[in-house]
Amino acid sequence: MALTTYVDAIRQGISEEMERDDNVFVLGEDVGIYGGAFKVTTGLLEKFGETRVIDTPISESAIVGAAIGAALMGLRPIAEMQFADFISCAFDQITNFAAKCRYRWGAGIPIVVRAPSGGGIHGGPFHSQNPEMHFVHTPGLKVVCPSTAYDAKGLLKAAIRDPDPVIFFEHKYLYRRVKEELPDGDILVPIGKAALRRKGTDISVITYGAMVYVALDAAKELEKEGIDVEVVDLRSLLPFDKEAVLESVKKTNKVILLHEDTRTGGFAGELAALISEEAFDYLDGPIRRITAPDTPVPFSPPMEEFFLPKISDVLRVARELHAY
Amino acid sequence: MKVVRELENRIERKLYRQGKILGGVYVGRGQEAIAVGSCIDLRADDVVCPSHRDMGAFLIRGMSLRTIFAQYMGKKTGATKGKDSNMHMGSLEHNLIAFISMLGDNVPVAAGIGLSFKMRGQDRVVMCSFGDGATSRGDWHEGLNMASVLKCPVVFICNNNQYAYSTPLERQMAVENVADRAPAYGMPGEIVDGNDVLAVWNASQRAIEYARNGNGPSLIECKTFRMTGHSAHDDASYVPQELFDYWETRDPIRRLERTLIQQNILSEAGIAEMDKGIHAEIDEAIAIAEKDPYPEPEDCLRDVYFEEQ
Repeated sequence: MALTTYVDAIRQGISEEMERDDNVFVLGEDVGIYGGAFKVTTGLLEKFGETRVIDTPISESAIVGAAIGAALMGLRPIAEMQFADFISCAFDQITNFAAKCRYRWGAGIPIVVRAPSGGGIHGGPFHSQNPEMHFVHTPGLKVVCPSTAYDAKGLLKAAIRDPDPVIFFEHKYLYRRVKEELPDGDILVPIGKAALRRKGTDISVITYGAMVYVALDAAKELEKEGIDVEVVDLRSLLPFDKEAVLESVKKTNKVILLHEDTRTGGFAGELAALISEEAFDYLDGPIRRITAPDTPVPFSPPMEEFFLPKISDVLRVARELHAY
Repeated sequence: MKVVRELENRIERKLYRQGKILGGVYVGRGQEAIAVGSCIDLRADDVVCPSHRDMGAFLIRGMSLRTIFAQYMGKKTGATKGKDSNMHMGSLEHNLIAFISMLGDNVPVAAGIGLSFKMRGQDRVVMCSFGDGATSRGDWHEGLNMASVLKCPVVFICNNNQYAYSTPLERQMAVENVADRAPAYGMPGEIVDGNDVLAVWNASQRAIEYARNGNGPSLIECKTFRMTGHSAHDDASYVPQELFDYWETRDPIRRLERTLIQQNILSEAGIAEMDKGIHAEIDEAIAIAEKDPYPEPEDCLRDVYFEEQ
């Protein structure tokens, strides 16, 4: 069977959902004729026509606003932000309009906002960000960050069918770097469920997105030193799988929280609070965070490499924690 | 218009002052002709995105007085079950989209609603309203542009009441008219006397047909004046008294009454009778809403996300 890349998996997910449900459509900048800046929507215009694959002006706020309006009328829009960085331009529509409609007057907003995020591609400060926490801190939204082709497809399909607004962070670095065999037929990955990527007994690494691979590569190295690392891939940040986190921590008693997002106010802080509140007695060492530093994402390769969490960071912290 | 006036008088001048309504209260005194004139000819399956001085839209769409008073009082029977306040009311059943405080946000949303009609081949239209202040926001410009580029069936209607809170029009925009901006978006723009309900009605009819026939959006600017402060706590001392005096003579309700009396359609006695009926209807709705229950405190935890019933 052929291998499917992360980017192809997303396209398959969109295409299959558009075939399944006439209400599903795509709108965004350059998504039609050009097929999307990352070619995620390539071929969809030819297949579904310009009524359902809509090229828009450069107006992120209006793209999301229009998606909200269409959703209010029963459609299932998938709005593309060309880069996750540009989602800031639509922040108001997402956090004030979409997130609060159901709560205020019972009007569900079933939209998906796709946001290509993440660094490691020399994109600099405005093409590399991980802005997930703005939305994790907004009740009414759901936030997912898949790390595999299977999850990208399965979470996207689940997001499209979800009755509430979902922000779908797809990691640009993974688009063509990860691939796997995908089974035929419907793939649905439930929002809010983590995946255990590696079983281990000594230290839990709780992570998501591209950092899953940093954790897994580090775990291979650490295995040689006799340190058995467990890797939990959160997959969804809002809601997130508290049980999976607590179960892993209670088993290994030591935990590293790893993410590509910057440190202060990052998801690791939320996880650390949860673990302190609900698994304090199980801890045999300090909760450790590995994150990007509190700076914008730098452009120049040596600086970007320094900025992004990497295998050597995990090795160092895991060794310290193991010796604790 | 008379029901709107009395309803908002009770809200602002009575219930708010009595402490029975808390929070922000924004009324459309002097601007009643705009929502009424623009919405009266819409079909039930058309959609309205009202702004914050468009009480007439809610009444025309069939929202009950009791629901409205309960909404303002934070009661469980209000349009948002106590979750949101004042005119932040919506109802999909009435094709009314709830306004949010970020001005102009309803403009791109209206474009998307219109887009859905176009995609499905429906001949429905959207009436989308905002004030002069909202036209300074980016969402307003993005929304007008997108609606026009995608040829969405939307009628954009501006309540130009010349003040955004304390900010007069000349500090809001460097062009004379909001409608002057329409050509920049490739849509027709028209200026009407917003205190003349027949003029608003007329222009709206044309714009609605224009949209319904697949020609895309248009913009109607209704010149009017805010005969109050921005909200109930604002005494509008920054507005020159002469302006209030001038616009008082142009009151949309008195003007229509005079026209109807001159044409022997209505008499002063008939008007008094009408007022009596309106007062009674409103008294009754207030009495019911006052007895309605407040939500349970824990209800604040509900409906953040879809819940299986």
